[in-house]
Amino acid sequence: MKEDIKLMKGNEAIAHAAIRYGADGYFGYPITPQSEVMETLMAEQPWTTTGMVVLQAESEVAAINMVYGGASCGKAVMTSSSSPGVSLKQEGISYLAGAELPCLIVNVMRGGPGLGTIQPSQADYFQATKGGGHGDYHLITLAPASVQEMADFVALGFDLAFKYRNPAIILADGIIGQMMEKVVLPPFRKRRTEEEIREQNPWAALGKPKDRKRNVVTSLELDPAIMEQNNIRFQATYKRISENEVRFEEINCENADYLIVAFGSMARICQKTIELAAEEGIKVGLLRPITLWPFPSEAVARQADHVKGILSAELNAGQMVEDVRLAVNGKVRVEHFGRLGGIVPTPDEVLAALKEKLM
Amino acid sequence: MHMDINEIIKPENLVYTKPRLMNDNPMHYCPGCSHGVVHKLIAEVIDEMGIEEETIGIAPVGCAVFAYNYIDIDWIEAAHGRAPAIATAVKRLNPKKMVFTYQGDGDLAAIGTAETIHACNRGENIAIIFINNGIYGMTGGQMAPTTLEGMKTSTCPYGRNVALNGYPLRIAELVERVDGTCYVTRQSVHTPAAIRKAKKAIRLAFENSMAGKGTSMVEIVSTCNSGWKMSPVKANQWMEEHMFAKYPLGDLKNV
Ligand SMILES: Cc1ncc(C[n+]2csc(CCOP(=O)(O)OP(=O)(O)O)c2C)c(N)n1
Ligand code: SF4
Ligand SMILES: [Mg+2]
Repeated sequence: MKEDIKLMKGNEAIAHAAIRYGADGYFGYPITPQSEVMETLMAEQPWTTTGMVVLQAESEVAAINMVYGGASCGKAVMTSSSSPGVSLKQEGISYLAGAELPCLIVNVMRGGPGLGTIQPSQADYFQATKGGGHGDYHLITLAPASVQEMADFVALGFDLAFKYRNPAIILADGIIGQMMEKVVLPPFRKRRTEEEIREQNPWAALGKPKDRKRNVVTSLELDPAIMEQNNIRFQATYKRISENEVRFEEINCENADYLIVAFGSMARICQKTIELAAEEGIKVGLLRPITLWPFPSEAVARQADHVKGILSAELNAGQMVEDVRLAVNGKVRVEHFGRLGGIVPTPDEVLAALKEKLM
Repeated sequence: MHMDINEIIKPENLVYTKPRLMNDNPMHYCPGCSHGVVHKLIAEVIDEMGIEEETIGIAPVGCAVFAYNYIDIDWIEAAHGRAPAIATAVKRLNPKKMVFTYQGDGDLAAIGTAETIHACNRGENIAIIFINNGIYGMTGGQMAPTTLEGMKTSTCPYGRNVALNGYPLRIAELVERVDGTCYVTRQSVHTPAAIRKAKKAIRLAFENSMAGKGTSMVEIVSTCNSGWKMSPVKANQWMEEHMFAKYPLGDLKNV
C-alpha cells in the first residue's frame, strides 16, 4: 500500500491522526499555539465521514468535562489546549484520574506563568508528570519530538489510556505544534461500535441492560477505608505502567563522556549539539525520554555509571532535572541548562553551557 | 376476627407502590426533603416511558450527589457544576439515549452557571432537573445565588443583604430567554397536586429530549428543612409564602 505522506504542522497532524485513529470525540477551546488542532478538525468535518463528534466548548473547563462525559461512556475522546487552558482543565483531569477513565489530552506548551507568552516552553513538565490537579495520581505523559511523533502518539496515547484506564497526555510545545515536517499518516481505523465498547469497557455508562447491575462512574467514596483501597489500586496501576511503558531514545550514548537529557523540541536542538561536540572531539550522548511519566530512570542511571557529567537541557528553569538527579542519585554531577519565557536556545549555546557547567 | 397481612396485600388491593426503578438503599436525605420526592418522579417517568436501558443520569455535587444510589440506571457523577458539559458530550456521542442532569442551585446557578447557559444555548437535547432550595444543603446551609433577600444562612447569618450579596438569581427566567431551550417550567412537590404536575413536567422534558427538540429545564422549587432550620411542614408553608413570591410556579416557555 502506498504510504500517506504529507507536509504539515504538528497540530494538524494531531487532528488527522485522531480522525484516522477512529476517535469518537474532540472537545476544545481556542488558544495559541494549538488552535490548528480544532481548526483542522472543523475543516475536515469528520462527523460526515467517520462519525467523530467535534465541538467547540465554552471554556477549557467545559471541554475537559465533555471529555469526562465521553470517557464515562467508554468512548475514545480527547481535548487539546496550551498551558493557561491546561491549568483550567486540572480539576477535570483529577476527576478523570479518580474515576479511572481513559482519554487523551494534548498540551502544546507556551511560556508562563500567567498569560505569559505564546512562544514555546517546557515549563509545564511538573504539572504534567507530577499530577497537576489535586490528589495522588499520574498521567501517562508522552513527549513528541517531531511532527511524525505528534501523529503517532495519538494512537499510542489512546491505546495506553484504554489499556490502563488512565488519562494520557501528549506534552508538546509551541515548536512541535507549529513546525511543518513530512509525516506518514497512520491508516484509518474504524470507530468502535457500541457493542464493542460495551464488551471492551464493561464499566461504561451507556445505559443499563436488564442483565447487569447499574454502572456508576464516580470518583467519590466517603468511606475512608474503601477510599484508601481505591488509592492503593491506582498506585498499583501506576506501578504496572512504570514497569511496562517506559520509552526513550538513546543517541551516541555507548562511549559518551557526557550525557545530555532532553525531551521534545529541546531534544531536537540537542541532536545538533552532540554533532557540534563530536566535531570538537567531545563525546556527548543524548538520552531523550519519550515517556516523561513514567520517567526512564533506569536508563539514565545506566548512563551515570560511565559518564563524567549530565546536563538536563530544558525550556524551563529546571524541572526534569529533578527526576534526572533522583535517577542518578549522586553518582555523577547533574546540571541544568534552560532558557525561559519562550526563548529557544541554539545548539552551540547548549554546548557552551555543557562545557561551562560540566568540564 | 384476625386478618392475616397477606390477605390484605393482594394485587387488587394495591393503591401505591415504590417505583420499580427505585432500589432499597436507605436514603441519606433528611426527612421532609424535596430531593427524595423528585427522585421518585424521575424513576416513575423513566419506567413509564420504557427507557431505562437508554437512560444515563448525571448526578451533581450537592445533597443529590448520591442520586446514583437510588435510581437503578447508569449514572455519571459530575464535578461541582459541570453536569451540563458532561451531559452535552454523552448525548452528542449517543444521540439516541436519554440524558438528564439533576442539579442543585449552588451546582447549577453558581459554580456551573457557564455550563448551564451554554448547554441551553446550544440547545443540547438533554433534560435539566433543577432543585432550587435557596441554600447549599450539603455543605451545611450556606448562602446560594437563589437565597432570598433577608433569608438567614450560615454565610449570611443576619439575612441576605443585596448590597453585599447581590440579588436572588432567577435562572429559569434567564434560560427562558436563550434560544436553545424548548421548555422551561417551574414546579414544586409540596402537595399531591403539585407532585402530579411536576411529574408531567418531567415527562414532557424527557419526551422533548428524546424527540430532539432542544434543552428542557424543570426547576423544582424545593425545601431544605434542615438548612432552613424548620420542620418539614413549616418549611412547606414558608416556601409557599416566600419562595413562590420570588420564584412563581408555571411554564415560562413551551415551544
Ligand atoms: C469545586 C468544589 N467547590 C466546592 C465544593 C463544596 N460543595 C459541595 S456541595 C456544595 C453546594 C451544594 O449546594 P446545592 O447545589 O444547592 O445542592 P443542595 O445540597 O442544596 O441540594 C458545595 C459548595 C465542591 N465539592 N467542589
Ligand atoms: S440538607 Fe437540605 S437538601 Fe440536603 S438532604 Fe437535608 S433537607 Fe435535603
Ligand atoms: Mg441547594
